[in-house]
Order: sequence, then structure tokens, then C-alpha cells
Amino acid sequence: MGPVPDSELLVRKIREGTVIDHIPAGRALAVLRILGITGREGFRVAVVMNVESRKLGRKDIVKVEGRLLKPHEVDVIALIAPTATINIVKDYKVVEKRRVKIPRLVEGVLKCKNPTCITRKKGEYIRSRFRLVSEKPVILQCVYCGTLLHEDEILAQVLGEQE
Amino acid sequence: MGGLQAGSVGAFKGRDVISILDFTRSDLEELFEAADWFRRRLLDGNVPKLLDGRLVALAFFEPSTRTRLSFEAAAKRLGGETIGFTSEEAISVAKGESFADTIRMLDAYADIIVVRHKYEGAALYAAEVAEKPVVNAGDGRQHHPTQAMIDLYTVKLLFGSPDGLVYAVLGDLRYSRAAISFLYGLTLYKPKRVYLVSPPQLRIREEVEMVLRERGLPYREASDITEVIEEVDVLYVVRIQRERFPDPMEYEKVRGSYRVTPELVKKGKPTLRILHPLPKVDEIDPRVDSMPQAAYFFQASLGVPLRMALLTMILGVYAG
Repeated sequence: MGPVPDSELLVRKIREGTVIDHIPAGRALAVLRILGITGREGFRVAVVMNVESRKLGRKDIVKVEGRLLKPHEVDVIALIAPTATINIVKDYKVVEKRRVKIPRLVEGVLKCKNPTCITRKKGEYIRSRFRLVSEKPVILQCVYCGTLLHEDEILAQVLGEQE
Repeated sequence: MGGLQAGSVGAFKGRDVISILDFTRSDLEELFEAADWFRRRLLDGNVPKLLDGRLVALAFFEPSTRTRLSFEAAAKRLGGETIGFTSEEAISVAKGESFADTIRMLDAYADIIVVRHKYEGAALYAAEVAEKPVVNAGDGRQHHPTQAMIDLYTVKLLFGSPDGLVYAVLGDLRYSRAAISFLYGLTLYKPKRVYLVSPPQLRIREEVEMVLRERGLPYREASDITEVIEEVDVLYVVRIQRERFPDPMEYEKVRGSYRVTPELVKKGKPTLRILHPLPKVDEIDPRVDSMPQAAYFFQASLGVPLRMALLTMILGVYAG
């Protein structure tokens, strides 16, 4: 075993849960927001920000203890953290490791930018729904009104006031 | 309803009509054949009461003359009944009822729901909520599939086929759902060339451009109709959609920026035909109305037989 990386010194290993690694620095809180993790669910959540990374220079890490995130739950973070890797941990060991991939259909996370889209109509119980039309650069299309959401708009929407 | 019902015969039975892009060329050929049949029955004054006992809901949350009246005329000539409304003020929406709840109510009362709404995506949403088939009679600036069906049918009757012709679509290509649906409809055929002619502020939206490019429509943009008129077989004109401008000042900047005059028409081929989904405001000089090139009143007259064909095919009562 090599030297213990700094990031591991900051937060201890988890017994069972999900580690989201290689998040672009500064975006860990936005990742939690996208996943709908508020801290009130009762899981132990560790957020490590701006640690050194060989791949990224600096990166963020999120550890969620006691919850094994399914691919369809977690893939949507690829919208803001395409470099992220998902590590499923059981009994202190990584049993599954994979990269995130933008889902073909993104539901509920984003808001359509067209003010006269039916998903923006007040009083309707309707979730936004976007289909992926391009991965590089990321372009999504509203299933209802056809409006395109471009990468910069998606980032601005999810990261909000952070960037 | 979401697509075809299991075990249905024909491409239309039980089907929602949300976008012209959901249809194939052979679907449209089948529809046009039925429209021919109904046109002959109308001329003979011998229309079978195929919709006897059927109720068509006309849910017009946004004003309409031709579309609503032609659906109503189509239903009634076939012996069907209609229920519905022509503005939000007249119904419980004015009391704060949601669109989805209004649709659910109509779904319980009627056999088919024709819906027009100022919000884009309203018809698709209605189709998700309703069990009965939903026909989009215009959703904001997005789709107007039955208008596109009428327009393509008009071209077919005038020229034999929409294939191989040169088209110019003139006017507000940004907000006109009729123009956009016509362009989408042309992607099902093989036009020789399509000129998009609009003031720069009113050129097609990026998502429309994406569809036209992906589907390989041979289009070019032009800023002045006089430059291309000599080549054109079908000139499709739309008015500036004043009601969809977010800012009235922007409307003022472009109003009156194009106009089809007898002088322009005379520069074109003698076989040139002019289409317009109507209503027209000032974009066509009224002197053009009496020229042989003006085909828009003929086009409007096809609304009833085409919608008769559509209603009876969706409801599974057309036998041909």
C-alpha cells in the first residue's frame, strides 16, 4: 500500500455506501442538490472539497454512508460533473466502480427556459422532461415544447449562484 | 393515449395527433385518399353519418375561427355532436382550475378531444392525461399538425405531389406554428428546394433548424422574396404572430416588413401558387386574392373534408 492520500485523511473510510469521486472542484454541493440529498434524510454524508487530484488538479468528493445509489439515480450528476466516478462500497471495499453517463431522459431536475412551456404553467402537476440530443457539448431538448438547453445554461441553472 | 392502440387497423385508429413529425408519408397518403372521398361526398351532398352518436370535444383555450369551425362542421356533417368552449374566460379555468383537470373532465364526457392552447406542449400533456385520443389544434408557437396536413393536401391537389417542387416560406418563421409545421411536413417529402424568407428577427428557432437539418430538408435562408420568386412553385405566406411577441416594441420593429403584391406575383412563374393558413392581415395585398395564383381560399376549403377524414379514421369508423 502506498501513502494514504490527503483526502482519506480528512474523512474516514465508510463501511457501506456510495463514494462519488472526481467531482470538479467546487461542485460537490451542487451534486448533492441534484441528488436531492439535503442532510435531513439521516444518512451520514461527508463532503470533501478542493483536495488534490492527479487527474483534475483539484477535486471534490462526496461520501454517502448507508445508501447505495443506483445508476439511474446518480447518472444525472453527469450534467455538472462528467468526470465523476461512482464507487459502491460494501464492507469497506469498493465492489463496483463506474463512470457517470448522462441519461437519455432527464426528468424533474431542470427547468425549461421557455416561459410558455406547459411545464412552466402555474397550477399544473407536471415534471420537466428533457431528452439528450448531444453529449459533447451537452444539449438537452424539452420533450414538451422542443426548446434546447445548452451546456452553459444547464450549468448556470444547476450551479445557480455558486459560479 | 400515447401512440397506437394494440390490435388497431390502420395508422390512425385511436391515435393522438400531436406533431406532423409523428406521421409518415404513407400515413398522409392514406389520409389524403380518405379526404378525397369525403370531398366527393360533400360535393354530392351525400355525407354518411359515420359519427352518429359520437361526441367531439373542442377545447379551445385560445381563439380560433377556421380550425374550430372546420372541426365543428366536419363533426356535424358526419352526424356527430360537439361540446366545448372557445376561451378560458367561459370555463372554470377562470376560477383557477388546472388544464389537466379540464382535460380529465372532457375525457370522461367525449370520444375525442381537440385542443388548442397558448402553451407549447399542452397537447402532448393532454394526451398523457387523457385516455381518449387527443388532436392538437395548435400549441403555442410549436405545432399545428392538422394545418400541415391540409397544406400538404392542397399542394398534392394543385401539383399532383409535394415532391420535386421549389417552395418559399415567407414571414414570421419564429413564432408561426403553421409555417413550422408545414416545414416539418415537407421533411416527409422530397422538395427540390425550400427557401426560408423572413426578417432576421423572425428566422426559424434553433430547435426547428435542428430538425430540418437532421431530416435533410434542402433549405436555404433568404432575406428578400424578390430574389427567389422566379424559381418558386409554392409560396407559403404567414402573418406576423403579434400575440406571441414577448415585447410589443419588437413587434413594431417588424410589422409590415414584407408584403405580397400583384407586381411580385407577376414576376413569378404563371404556375406559381400562393398558400396561407389564414387569417391574413396585411402581408398579402387584397388585389392578389382574385389572381389565379391565390390558392389560400381553396386551401381553407379543404379543412372540412380533411378533418372529416381525420376524425373518422381516428375513431375507427372510416371504411373508405
